Amino acid sequence: MTRLLLTGNAAAAWGARLAATDYIPAFPITPQTEIIEALANWIDHNEMDARMVTLESEHSMITAAGTAAATGVRVFSATSSQGLLYGMEMLYTVAGWRAPFVLANVSRGLAAPITLEPDHNDIVAARDCGFLQIHCATCQEVLDNTLIAFRLAEDERIRLPVIVNLDGFYLSFTREPVELPDAAQAKTFVADFDAENIRFRASSPVSQAVAVLGGTPYSYFRYQTHLAAQNGLTVYAELCDEFNQQFGRQYAAIENYRADDAELVFVMMGCFATKAKEAVDQLREAGWAIGLLRPRLLRPLPKEDFARLLAGKQAVAVVDQNLSMGMGGVLHSELATSLYGQSDAPQHLLSFVGGLGGRDISTEEFFAMADAMKQAVSSGQTPPTRLLYSDNEFKEIRKLQAIAKVQNETNGEPR
Amino acid sequence: MIDIPVTLYRNMKNLPSEHLLGGGTPMCAGCGGLEALNQVYDIVGDKSVFVNAAGCMTLLSVYPYTPFRGSWIYTAMGSAPAGAQGVRDALDILLDKNRIGNEDDMEVVVLTGDGSAYGMGMSATSGTLDRDLDYLYLCYDNEGYGNTGQQFSAATPHGAKTATSKGPHGYPGFKKDLFEIWAAHKPAYVATIIGAEPVDLARKIEKAMSMKGPRMLIALSPCPTGWDFDPKETVNIGKLAVKTGIWPLKEYVDGKIIHTKIPRERKPVEDYLKLQGRFKHLFEPQRDDELINEIQQRVDRYWEDVS
Ligand SMILES: Cc1ncc(C[n+]2csc(CCOP(=O)(O)OP(=O)(O)O)c2C)c(N)n1
Ligand code: SF4
Ligand SMILES: [Mg+2]
Repeated sequence: MTRLLLTGNAAAAWGARLAATDYIPAFPITPQTEIIEALANWIDHNEMDARMVTLESEHSMITAAGTAAATGVRVFSATSSQGLLYGMEMLYTVAGWRAPFVLANVSRGLAAPITLEPDHNDIVAARDCGFLQIHCATCQEVLDNTLIAFRLAEDERIRLPVIVNLDGFYLSFTREPVELPDAAQAKTFVADFDAENIRFRASSPVSQAVAVLGGTPYSYFRYQTHLAAQNGLTVYAELCDEFNQQFGRQYAAIENYRADDAELVFVMMGCFATKAKEAVDQLREAGWAIGLLRPRLLRPLPKEDFARLLAGKQAVAVVDQNLSMGMGGVLHSELATSLYGQSDAPQHLLSFVGGLGGRDISTEEFFAMADAMKQAVSSGQTPPTRLLYSDNEFKEIRKLQAIAKVQNETNGEPR
Repeated sequence: MIDIPVTLYRNMKNLPSEHLLGGGTPMCAGCGGLEALNQVYDIVGDKSVFVNAAGCMTLLSVYPYTPFRGSWIYTAMGSAPAGAQGVRDALDILLDKNRIGNEDDMEVVVLTGDGSAYGMGMSATSGTLDRDLDYLYLCYDNEGYGNTGQQFSAATPHGAKTATSKGPHGYPGFKKDLFEIWAAHKPAYVATIIGAEPVDLARKIEKAMSMKGPRMLIALSPCPTGWDFDPKETVNIGKLAVKTGIWPLKEYVDGKIIHTKIPRERKPVEDYLKLQGRFKHLFEPQRDDELINEIQQRVDRYWEDVS
């Protein structure tokens, strides 16, 4: 077993390498680019027996990933943010082909305003496309779950592409100690690519991705995809156990951090959940019965696990690093869907939106959110969605605007 | 000097007498695109995978039937060439790694309309040319977004009435020169073809099939539905497109452009125009001599430069 200091991006690249990926269609975008650079470097130095092609857009990249997978090779690709959205038409399309491959998405906020820094609006926008989604919080998890993702995608009960999501900057560029699985062992775990009946061969011609006429065949194929995606819960659990047996690291659809005996629970996706853990630890020391649930799987959504893990809790605070304009946090509504009507569901499901465009969420803010949960319980009132923003930040912005205004006036430009 | 290449297709008698593509497709009667595809498919053969973009031809393969004896995949309107990239690369990987034998290799063929080729799919196509992708591209050019009801596209000719150019002078723009745009990338082969000239078409496909790299074909495709003419006129209109000089049959190979069929005594363009409802406003209720002459002069100018 080798231990290395790896960034999240390098961990994703190692995952693709250890999975014996055949083909990598690529396109650069910050903060993902390091992944394809690492892979290109290995291929150029004969350390990896794969072919990489740089397309002229993510729309083309995802098309090529899909058709290569549909031809019968193992495919890995990576993107982020604007790239994921540029390829959105093809995310839906290739998922419908049932051609399995793995796509790493390095989460980054979406324009406008344009930014390089992370949040989850890109990946939640891809929520309904048919790709399964695994959300990671550590570099180790990125590597391990990339290996698991290939198995998940290729499983005969699923046959769907899978996105492995890691947060830009905080995970993509942060070095952490990572245990590198032994190459031979990883290869055995992932196994050879079996194209099954999704492939092109001259001797057995097939038509793939054909049109349908009318809602009956259309619904048939859409329902098939949904049912296959739902199988992801069982298959992911099986694969996590198998992975644990071979590599000694256990994953699950939801990470349960000190939530078993908790009365109050935070729910968060991605690596900002690490900040919540820190707050949980401090609050526990101060005598609070508080914990954290972090879904790794967003699709399929582990609804029953949520209902089970949250049964009997007094209050839940969902912290969304995304914002659906005019609605609020997306994970919050997913939780509400999972819990509504369940026996013993927590009465208070609070919603907080924060961490947009890389904005930090401080420990003090987690304390305030914990306090809000407590107040909801004592008052019996669930507060409306809160957008995390401090007085200081607001002052900063006003100051910037004031300075800009002075400059504009100096330039003689009307405001 | 005229090069006489070695060919299986010296005259009509040498052409395949039966078509490989199955019948009973939902294309319109007299579809010039299907006419060209039938002939192309006969020569390309069933060791092929067609990568299709959104357009009329998407309805060739509707679950659970297909007229293709070989393989097919529908992608999207803008990225069929990128789809071909993925298929070709994957086949090469499978061959390199001995996971399939040569007998399972296939010719990868992109099939799109003009809307894709001249517009939405252009950057994806350009990318495959940068990368010298080994594939065949067949654009059936019916000079408009046919599948959505024949709105004008970048391939629509000057003056034509379409669903989005119904004014008295028709489409104000000019047909984009896709042949030149493709040729500027210096691919292995670019050719214009038309179903109404099957021997010329067959020789070009034969030549393209003997080459590697990007081989690009634009088939002018008379479209009874979009151009508004009687389906029985498809071949006639196709022949007139060539005889009037409106559709020059040519090829680009080794950096040179060669015209494969030069209409020595060109017929007046109005012979071609007046058969089509989309140009009816040039003749009725009054003759629009100015516009007819403008179209004629553009054709004349083109051929002045052809030796
Ligand atoms: C991204 C996208 N935009 C628009 C469409 C709608 N659409 C379907 S077919 C088509 C016309 C395509 O024109 P062309 O490539 O010339 O093919 P034709 O229909 O003439 O055969 C359009 C606009 C689509 N399928 N996808
Ligand atoms: S609209 Fe034109 S191109 Fe489309 S199927 Fe009908 S005849 Fe062919
Ligand atoms: Mg068209």
